[in-house]
Amino acid sequence: MTRWLQDNMPKIVLAPSFIIVMVFVYGFIAWTAWVSLTRSRLMPRYEIDSFIQYERLAASPRFETAMVNLAIFGTLFIVIAMVLGLLLAILLDQKIRTEGAIRTIYLYPMALSMIVTGTAWKWILNPELGIEATVQGWGFAGFEFGWLVDPDKAIYTVVIAAIWQSSGFVMALFLAGLRSVDEEIIKAAQVDGIPTWRVYSAIIIPSMAPIFLSAFIVLAHLAIKSFDLVIALTGGGPGYATDLPATYMYAMAFSRGDIGQAASSAMVMMLVVFAIVVPYLYSELRTKDD
Amino acid sequence: MKSYVLSTASAIAVCAAGPAFADGHAEAEVLHYWTSGGEAKSVAVLQEEFAANGGTWTDMPVAGGGGDAAGTALRARVLAGNAPTAAQIKGPAIQEWFQEGVLADISAVAETEDWANLLPASIAAHMQCEGTWCAAPVNVHRVDWIWANTEILAANGIEMPTTWDEFNAAAETLQAAGIIPLAHGGQAWQDATVFETVVLGLGGAEFYQAALVDLDPEALTSDTMVAVFDQMRTMRGYVDENFSGRDWNLATAMVMNGEAAFQIMGDWAKGEFIAAGKVPGVDFTCASTPGDGYLYNVDSFAMFEVDGEEKAAGQALLAELIMGPNFQEVFNMNKGSIPARTDVDLSGFDECAQISAADMASTNEGGTLMPSYAHGMALFGAQSGAITDVVTAHFNSDMSSAEAVQMLADAVANSL
Repeated sequence: MTRWLQDNMPKIVLAPSFIIVMVFVYGFIAWTAWVSLTRSRLMPRYEIDSFIQYERLAASPRFETAMVNLAIFGTLFIVIAMVLGLLLAILLDQKIRTEGAIRTIYLYPMALSMIVTGTAWKWILNPELGIEATVQGWGFAGFEFGWLVDPDKAIYTVVIAAIWQSSGFVMALFLAGLRSVDEEIIKAAQVDGIPTWRVYSAIIIPSMAPIFLSAFIVLAHLAIKSFDLVIALTGGGPGYATDLPATYMYAMAFSRGDIGQAASSAMVMMLVVFAIVVPYLYSELRTKDD
Repeated sequence: MKSYVLSTASAIAVCAAGPAFADGHAEAEVLHYWTSGGEAKSVAVLQEEFAANGGTWTDMPVAGGGGDAAGTALRARVLAGNAPTAAQIKGPAIQEWFQEGVLADISAVAETEDWANLLPASIAAHMQCEGTWCAAPVNVHRVDWIWANTEILAANGIEMPTTWDEFNAAAETLQAAGIIPLAHGGQAWQDATVFETVVLGLGGAEFYQAALVDLDPEALTSDTMVAVFDQMRTMRGYVDENFSGRDWNLATAMVMNGEAAFQIMGDWAKGEFIAAGKVPGVDFTCASTPGDGYLYNVDSFAMFEVDGEEKAAGQALLAELIMGPNFQEVFNMNKGSIPARTDVDLSGFDECAQISAADMASTNEGGTLMPSYAHGMALFGAQSGAITDVVTAHFNSDMSSAEAVQMLADAVANSL
């Protein structure tokens, strides 16, 4: 008995969380996939009716806007947040005196919820209250900064707010990465008289590849499930110019009683996540096999 | 304080009237989304009347999302087989729930009280599910109102517009005088609210019925609809630059403060004016939007199939009280709407409410009493949402009217 317990203890301890994950993650993914193939409206129904919901999704201009917005937002957000984060990390890596205080300051936006960030930026970017009004108050009467209320540019305000929120966190990730590079190699390079920028571009950054991947995965899933930031900052507007797949799904499920549409858009979102995560997992697993 | 006195008085009045269900114990769990100040006060009136008749009221308020959160809670409860006794649902959603087979029949009360003759025919139709009564109406909000700052109109020599051309002319005059003609908030439902009043005004009630209730593709792609989108484009020029995302009550405040002249909004806007101490007819003017007809938004309670005699008694009592003249009067005076039943004495109501009631009676006779699409009275959520998407996309871009009309027809077809 004791022997059996010893052998099976890990399985017993892990069983509850395994079951919970199976039911509440994979079970509900399966449920959503099923519902996305039905004509569910107000309440879920279970008679399969081919790919009607996906056809409706493809014909919906609003969902198209949402996907285009996701592409714009995702690309700009991930690229700029990583570049900015790396730059801040390198600058902070120069053994400056107040590093601890500065690091905390840059990391603080991450402590705010997206709702707070969104609301604050809504005021900052509002033409009547924020930057535009302030600069005009300084006497530059011709100054205009109305991106928030311009349907073509509003999505970029979401990018600005998201970068402000996350680049400090990316900086912290990169800083840890920079510190983990072997001092000896750097010292050796310095002895050889290699300029600092070459040390970074040829030695330190290439050896940080895993950190880049982690940062990318974290930012990518933040981008895809972005919801609260858009709701607080623009409410999806003007019109539906800043809709993202997540806000589309919410509107369908909870405001419009169109559960079939909501489920199919959720499946599309999941496929986008898979398209990013699966290659990552694959490369991770392969390196372990080697 | 005033409303407390009123509600107590009405509770006493109901007690004195001799309630029909006082002997058996009545129970009701009521799911609603009236949680903001004035609304909560209004629903408390019902709660007190219910208690005064010996009932036990379990309150289940769900705040948030203009009823979205309450809808989610309701769905979860029904799916779990634990439906509330009554829930605040309105318009075609009542029929949607009926089709799910979960609504209770309250015909006994409705027939004893003769609801069929107390309610305007089209509103009564919303409360009936295949011949039986399944919901009780609480109030009637009129949506097609245009509110104006009286002082600005007088200063610029403008009368309340009775046609959309007059409105445009007035707006040009105001713009030349440096006043924002139309206070508007760029949220999808507000765009939709303006849109439906323009559809009614330019197309008339018959066209409104064809386009926004029956979803007739011919009406949706007609020249009249093109003209409607043209008018929307014109009106886009009359709102200020910073309108995106503004809440409706802030737009109302702009009219109050004299920054803007007009606002097109349902009669909940009146509550804002009155709360700020403004007097109808003196500080602000109310009129129906240009054109004939009446767009209504009716709040109602639907009763769910529940076990137990006490709950059934609770439903009957609740239905009777909701339609009772006392509650209809007191509640609607608090909320700014008008009673759904047509025999309530309106002498205590303000000028705008009296116009609303008179118009409801006359449009009911003339067959131009129409459900508001923008407020979920005319269509299922998926269809009205599809229309709103097009309306708001057009209003917030430089899309042409012809494109918008095509997109509208496609979106409606895609949502069916």
